Amino acid sequence: MNEVLLQMSKIKKIFPGVIALNDVSFDLRKGEVHALIGENGAGKSTLMKVLTGIYHQDSGEIYFKGGKFQAKNPKDAQDKGISMIHQEFNLVPDLTVAENIFIAREPRTFHNLLIDDKAMILQSQILIRDFGLEIDVHELISNLSVAEKQMIEIVKALVTKSDIIAFDEPTSALTEKEVAHLFEIINKLKSEGVAIIYISHRLEELDAIVDRVTVLRDGCCVATHEWKNITIPKLISMMVGREMKEQFPTQYTTAGEVVFRAEHITRSNVLKDISIQAKGGEILGIAGLMGAGRTELARAIFGADKIDSGTMWIQDKKFKPSSPYDAIKHGIAYLPEDRKKDGLMLDLDVFDNILCGNLSTYAQYGVINDKQCTQVVSKKITDLNIKTPSYRQIVKYLSGGNQQKVLVSRWFCKNFRLIIFDEPTRGIDVGAKLEIYNLINRIKESGAAIIMISSELPEVLGMSDRIVVMCEGRVTGQLSRAEASPENVMRLASNLK
Amino acid sequence: MYKKEISSYILKLNKDLMEKVTVAIALLIMMTFFSIVSPYFLKINNLMTIALQTSITAITAYGMMFVIISAGVDLSIGSTIAFSGIMVTIMINHNLPTWLSIIICIALGTIVGVLNGFLISRMKLPPFIATLGSQMVLRGLALVITDARPVYVDNVPTFKLIAQARLFNVIPLPVIYMTILGFLSAFLLRKTVIGRNVFAVGSNEEAARLSGINTVKIRIFAFLYSGIMAAFAGIILASRVNSGQPTIAVGYEANAIAASVIGGASMRGGHGSISGAILGAFIMGILMNGLNLLNVSQNWQIFSTGLVVIFAVYFDKVRSSKD
Repeated sequence: MNEVLLQMSKIKKIFPGVIALNDVSFDLRKGEVHALIGENGAGKSTLMKVLTGIYHQDSGEIYFKGGKFQAKNPKDAQDKGISMIHQEFNLVPDLTVAENIFIAREPRTFHNLLIDDKAMILQSQILIRDFGLEIDVHELISNLSVAEKQMIEIVKALVTKSDIIAFDEPTSALTEKEVAHLFEIINKLKSEGVAIIYISHRLEELDAIVDRVTVLRDGCCVATHEWKNITIPKLISMMVGREMKEQFPTQYTTAGEVVFRAEHITRSNVLKDISIQAKGGEILGIAGLMGAGRTELARAIFGADKIDSGTMWIQDKKFKPSSPYDAIKHGIAYLPEDRKKDGLMLDLDVFDNILCGNLSTYAQYGVINDKQCTQVVSKKITDLNIKTPSYRQIVKYLSGGNQQKVLVSRWFCKNFRLIIFDEPTRGIDVGAKLEIYNLINRIKESGAAIIMISSELPEVLGMSDRIVVMCEGRVTGQLSRAEASPENVMRLASNLK
Repeated sequence: MYKKEISSYILKLNKDLMEKVTVAIALLIMMTFFSIVSPYFLKINNLMTIALQTSITAITAYGMMFVIISAGVDLSIGSTIAFSGIMVTIMINHNLPTWLSIIICIALGTIVGVLNGFLISRMKLPPFIATLGSQMVLRGLALVITDARPVYVDNVPTFKLIAQARLFNVIPLPVIYMTILGFLSAFLLRKTVIGRNVFAVGSNEEAARLSGINTVKIRIFAFLYSGIMAAFAGIILASRVNSGQPTIAVGYEANAIAASVIGGASMRGGHGSISGAILGAFIMGILMNGLNLLNVSQNWQIFSTGLVVIFAVYFDKVRSSKD
């Protein structure tokens, strides 16, 4: 089991103005799970892109199965036995499961001219069954859940008989149960001698599968350790280069009066008779698993989706938001869970992104007051400590944490009565998380009501004053800070009595 | 991490500037080339001809630019030009005051734009299909109303002055309109809330909606502006030929799209500028004019314009994929 399968030695990759990888060495043994961790921008993805041939290193060498190795492109890497499963799936939504599994490798018939559909379906059925999945291979990919898509990606990697499979944040969209299943599969692969590279932000979950861990920071390799010889606080301090004193800067404030109230909110099959209330100066955490209806609830409150029935009050006044525009006028703000898809205009600059939706505040007769805007934007950048060379920087070039701060700043300093944060720290590094938590607390201090949706249990427990747990479109329980424990939340989230 | 951001910022600054500079350099190279091979090219008279010929393309490209930045495309421009041209001439022939006819015509252009925008933002039709439909509807209307015959203006001799008069006897009036509308459009696009929101909607419509922008309104506005510009171009063209021609301006939308993309607009939305539209329109105008002076047939002129469009967009793609 100690045979070294892959050796990347002194990899250097320089982009204009920045050293993305500085003599990083990394090795992978046969049948091990090797975690690769680090803050965003530490160089994890770049290292993987070098391995799979998306980038070519400026110096350094890769040895694979004892020989020198250089992938020309991801397909070449895959043909040679190295597969990568990305966060964004490489599946074609309008093709079936079977077609996706065998894409570009379809079994052929009739002198190799036609695709042998029968063989393809049969083989994929066998693969899926061996994998312990219950998915119809005729189903279109677009009808699958995120977890199912992920499983299909893995099956795809297996078709090509990979020696190495690299996972990039595989669990960020999975439920506990699905994560457990994924880990089972990883362990199975491991026992078959497949080596796994596992990139994740969720340090807690690594415990279940990881053999060794390598920490990257600012393009350098900090250290590689056996998992059993290291603790999570130690890892975090290695990642950020400093000891993190407290992960959650909790503030105990007394909740004010009820700012927002919703009763019997129902929307077809996703929201069933939901009643909640949010108080000023309080963080109401909403916990639950994937598909519990948390985001749908937020979107209903924000007027992004229409509801079938139910009533909402904002400060004792009935309201029925017809659009996000309308909800904002009523003093409600919403930070979407997927900041790239629903939050930011990635190709526009920091200036436009911060002011988006707010421009009319700084305009007279529709003409924008440039000077005032610049002042406001500069102030927000310093205030929220957004690391950007200028407000003219295109947002897609910022790190995840700074992108999130840009999004938060859009709603910051304006007098909102209710702010809904949907997964406020998804995919951002530890240091930036802390800053986001501090910002949320500052808003809370100002007396606004906050609803925070989060899939990260420690985050919900650490930040919330009160927790509402949802399961399959229903509220299954409410917990005060004193009652909130991981066990209690999980019990309600899976609706166990 | 921070360093990476600075360097990409410099790249970005360069990119925006480079975009304009490369187009401007291409323009200069073309002008130098044509002025060497044809002594007539740099004569004031010829330069004015170029500007006059470019004015229609530029004005329609202003409108198209709004639509393209909002991640749409407007294929109804050519038909709107023809429709507006026959409407203005018919009204003038019915003894309506010229100024009133023009205002009604612009209003008709507005309505066409609003309908396009409504089909796209409310009825969720793809812009390509919706405006292809309105293109055919309008062209059909123009032919039906006129019975496919031109409408000549014979009772109002001043009508042709709208496009044929020259300021100081040198600068054709359409060139003045092009300039004024250019400044107005640039102001609208860069300095007003509605203009900036066009960028936001084109860049990411759902994000724009969730940030509180009325995306339906913004998309309708982009098409409305395109409709107004096309109606105005129609009036100028009608004045130039002193008649309303139901079959005029076929394919002018292609010129407007070409000018926009040569000038750096991205068909994916969220990116483009009025200065780009002008530069793009002039590149096409100068190419046509220069080839004309070299006695290249019109057919080959169209051929070369096509090549320029393909090359310009490919060049832009290569450049933007580098970051």
